[in-house]
Amino acid sequence: MQLTRLQKILWAAAGLALLCYGALLLFEKPVPAPQVEAPFRPTFTLPDADGRLRSSAEFAGKHVLVFFGFTNCPDVCPTTLAEVAQVMDDLGDRADQVQPLFISIDPERDRKLGLDEFTAAFHPSILGLAGDAAQTSATADSFRIHFAREDDAAAPDGYSMSHSPSLYLIGPEGDWLRQFTYGTPASEILADLQSRL
Amino acid sequence: MKPIILSAFLALTAVPAIACETVTAGDLTIDHAWSRATIGASRPAVFYVEITNAGAADDALLGIATTAAGMPMLHQTQVTDGVASMPHALSVPVPAGQTTALAPGSYHGMLMRLTNPLKEGDSFPASLTFQNAGEVTINVEVLSMRAEGPTCSHAGQ
Repeated sequence: MQLTRLQKILWAAAGLALLCYGALLLFEKPVPAPQVEAPFRPTFTLPDADGRLRSSAEFAGKHVLVFFGFTNCPDVCPTTLAEVAQVMDDLGDRADQVQPLFISIDPERDRKLGLDEFTAAFHPSILGLAGDAAQTSATADSFRIHFAREDDAAAPDGYSMSHSPSLYLIGPEGDWLRQFTYGTPASEILADLQSRL
Repeated sequence: MKPIILSAFLALTAVPAIACETVTAGDLTIDHAWSRATIGASRPAVFYVEITNAGAADDALLGIATTAAGMPMLHQTQVTDGVASMPHALSVPVPAGQTTALAPGSYHGMLMRLTNPLKEGDSFPASLTFQNAGEVTINVEVLSMRAEGPTCSHAGQ
């Protein structure tokens, strides 16, 4: 069968279209991005109640449970610290592998009210840290958490604090491992830690 | 000496905890009224309670008054987009046929300007004002700072 000139052109065009389509399919596949995301390592340098600077590097080798709060907080903070205290008790002889931290997001007032007596009332192992405004902001930024002062005429001193209420778990190499959202039962936190220690 | 030993003995054997006492007012049953011990009196304390409305009409808790604090207020912990705040609650709904809990992470009374530090084992009266049931007074038990709620033998909690 002789193809007419027009038929030849049409067949060639069809072939070309097919090739183009195939090429498109091949090259359109997104090139997988290299999955070497740097580990998220939040850091801090903050004074403890005695004014000594404590930094994240000091806790290398331990699992660190971090809570951001304020001591004037009647509900969320005591509830979470009570859970942390329970976890520390239940860890038994492995408790020394875990360092719980209470980082004040209302540091000026908390230093006045007393940081150590507050943390100690829940558990002696909880270390309270309260920096100045710049140190506190730098720490919150590093942990990617939010806190803000909320003006409230009815609150003590005319303000209250809003804050991320989760507990954060930092690993022995300083890597952010996970968060426990507010209200996670102590038994769940304990089981998670026990699986890692 | 003897009365001291006797009262200590009685304190230890006082099995039905105050927080497990039940007060009724009309269709409302109120129990599990508790608070946490405080360090000194400069930080606000908390008030938790459970209210069961067995009636057919909704009620609402409008306010709280107590001799333990100069400025008690109803608050609600809200977690929005991962941030917790604690706005003032004008009233706490107590719907018909339901149990409403002022509980950790939810509605609670915030007891500001404490008269005295709250000590574990102490109790203080609190008057709750309801829209329909009126005023009801209940004894609030002060539990430890680490308490997550009272342990009562009866149902609930």
